[in-house]
Amino acid sequence: MTKKQKKMLARIIIAFVLEAALMVLYKSGKFGMIEGKWYEFVPFTVPYLIAGYDILIHAAKNIVHGQVFDEDFLMMIATFGAFAIGEYEEAAGVMIFFQIGELFQNYAVGKSRASISALMDIAPEYANVEEDGELVEKDPDEVHVDEVIIVKPGEKIPLDGVVLEGSSLLDTSSLTGESVPRSVREGDDVISGCVNGSGTLKVRVTREYEDSTVSRILELVENASIRKAPVENFITTFARYYTPAVTIGAVLLALLPPLFFGGSWAEWIRRACTFLVISCPCALVISIPMGFFGGIGAASKIGVLVKGSNFLQALSDVKTIVFDKTGTLTKGEFRVTEMLPQLGVTEEELLEKAALSENYSGHPIAAALKSAYGKKIDSARVSDAEEIAGHGISVKVDGKNCLAGNLKLLKLKGVEAQPCTEIGTVVYVAEEGRFLGCIVISDVIKDGAKDALTAMKKAGVQKTVMLTGDKKETAENVAGVLGIDEVHAELLPADKVSEVERILGTETGKDKTAFVGDGINDAPVLTRADVGIAMGTLGSDAAIEAADIVLMDDDITKIASTVKIARKTLSIVRQNIVLALGVKFIVLIMGALGRASMWLAMFADVGVAVLAIMNSMRALHIDRK
Amino acid sequence: MKKKFNLQDLDCANCAAKMEANIKKIDGVNDASVSFLTQKMTIDADDARFDEIMKEVVKVCKKVEPDCVILM
Repeated sequence: MTKKQKKMLARIIIAFVLEAALMVLYKSGKFGMIEGKWYEFVPFTVPYLIAGYDILIHAAKNIVHGQVFDEDFLMMIATFGAFAIGEYEEAAGVMIFFQIGELFQNYAVGKSRASISALMDIAPEYANVEEDGELVEKDPDEVHVDEVIIVKPGEKIPLDGVVLEGSSLLDTSSLTGESVPRSVREGDDVISGCVNGSGTLKVRVTREYEDSTVSRILELVENASIRKAPVENFITTFARYYTPAVTIGAVLLALLPPLFFGGSWAEWIRRACTFLVISCPCALVISIPMGFFGGIGAASKIGVLVKGSNFLQALSDVKTIVFDKTGTLTKGEFRVTEMLPQLGVTEEELLEKAALSENYSGHPIAAALKSAYGKKIDSARVSDAEEIAGHGISVKVDGKNCLAGNLKLLKLKGVEAQPCTEIGTVVYVAEEGRFLGCIVISDVIKDGAKDALTAMKKAGVQKTVMLTGDKKETAENVAGVLGIDEVHAELLPADKVSEVERILGTETGKDKTAFVGDGINDAPVLTRADVGIAMGTLGSDAAIEAADIVLMDDDITKIASTVKIARKTLSIVRQNIVLALGVKFIVLIMGALGRASMWLAMFADVGVAVLAIMNSMRALHIDRK
Repeated sequence: MKKKFNLQDLDCANCAAKMEANIKKIDGVNDASVSFLTQKMTIDADDARFDEIMKEVVKVCKKVEPDCVILM
């Protein structure tokens, strides 16, 4: 508790004890000598003022400023009204409980604010800069590009840069939620916000602090609360009309019945006062943004940045998720996945021939072959390379005529070969007119992609769609393995946008569609979808710019977790709205009918606020299932 | 130009909402947001008249919530 809160607590306790004592004394008739006198209320003003003097001062200031619908002012009117009609105990009691409610709100909000900032505790406090052979601690703000900083073991990396000297393991968990450390050595890029492991690193700064990963992430999270969700906007609008409406209701309640229907002034003023006691929409105004804030905080804890409450709400309604294939579901890198040598040929021989043949080619296929081969290629063994466009390569390896390419190439050169039915890109290899075998190269499905899709379905996603520029067979194969519902292959980048637009057109009701891509050339699609989710390989600007939600590492299993967080947040928000509005309206009706005392109204108001805030705090916690 | 300010002693959520609504009404302010949870205010206003507009903003805040201080 802060000093201010402690002081408030002390005031509340003193006022409470006094109030209780006075009530006992009154009941036992000890105040008989002043009972019925005009100054009977005086003893109660003591706890009243101890608890609420600041409310009165504040209210007075606000009337001067013309703020009639201020909660403090209304509270003052309500309690003055209570004094006027002789309900002294209520007047003081209501003021005390009002302050208890305020204190609790203050405390709870402070608590949740602290736990959220703890989640975002990635900002570095200082950077060690080498100046004339000495280490100087500087504000990261003051360090510029190309300066050299030293990161000692256990310190946070303050700025993005490149390692000049040293090697270490980095803990990226505060950024990605991933606990597996990343190893770095000379020449590797490092990202601010990671915690250095055991080695000391010398780092050349490549980005100013304000452009560094840490500041951009902090900026995103802080700005997230600015983009309000539709529910939040509804509450803001509601709050604007609620207080004036209830206040006007109170005035009418106090005046009309006594003036026109002969009601008793005291009775109707008492009813009007119960109205004023519940005139503040605070429970809603605090708890709803707090729920969203908590949800965004929980997502960032697992390494998912949500750029606004509105996207969290949209995500909770997502029924269809559209994926880009390459780089999202697959790793986007070609690899030798299968070797099918003919009888009498070993896999090594086959691969060696293929790699040597493709030595001069810059094609991704050639790169895959060479990396699978692994050994250094002696270029002297290769000569007379000739690339036959659309077919492959004819080349001399160790003086022998070799062919590496597709089936058409072998046919062209009159070599008999068995067609290979494997999915992927197939390289046929031949030597001196003899077919040696074929090598299958394909893009590899990401680890955990299948689990990720199953988890999404479990989290309530109804349909998964895959879009790709790849060939139909390859696409269908990947979709089959992963269990994707719908595949659209051989699409140009522009086709992807129109395909997503078509899907958006089929949405019914509140259903939303999300698109998941790696942000490299699908920025238009990311923007077009209701929710654009980018696989933001740490620090990729393009992806972070275009997307609404960024997965800090490439782990698509986090999509399902984020959908769950969004659903949970929204259900908490809806519970709070129903709870707060429900209780308020019931008490208003009971108050108008004379069935609610000021005590009840106060308890309803404070109680609902407390419950709603505590409920909102649940949004911060992540279910690890 | 967009600028961010920290707020001190912004104690009531409803006041934050009121401050935001009133600041948006100031002539020259393109957009504004007052976040009760982060205790921050973001003002997007005309470059040329920014200082003048900020004076107006301070006035509006004082009116709604006398205790709240804008740290500039």
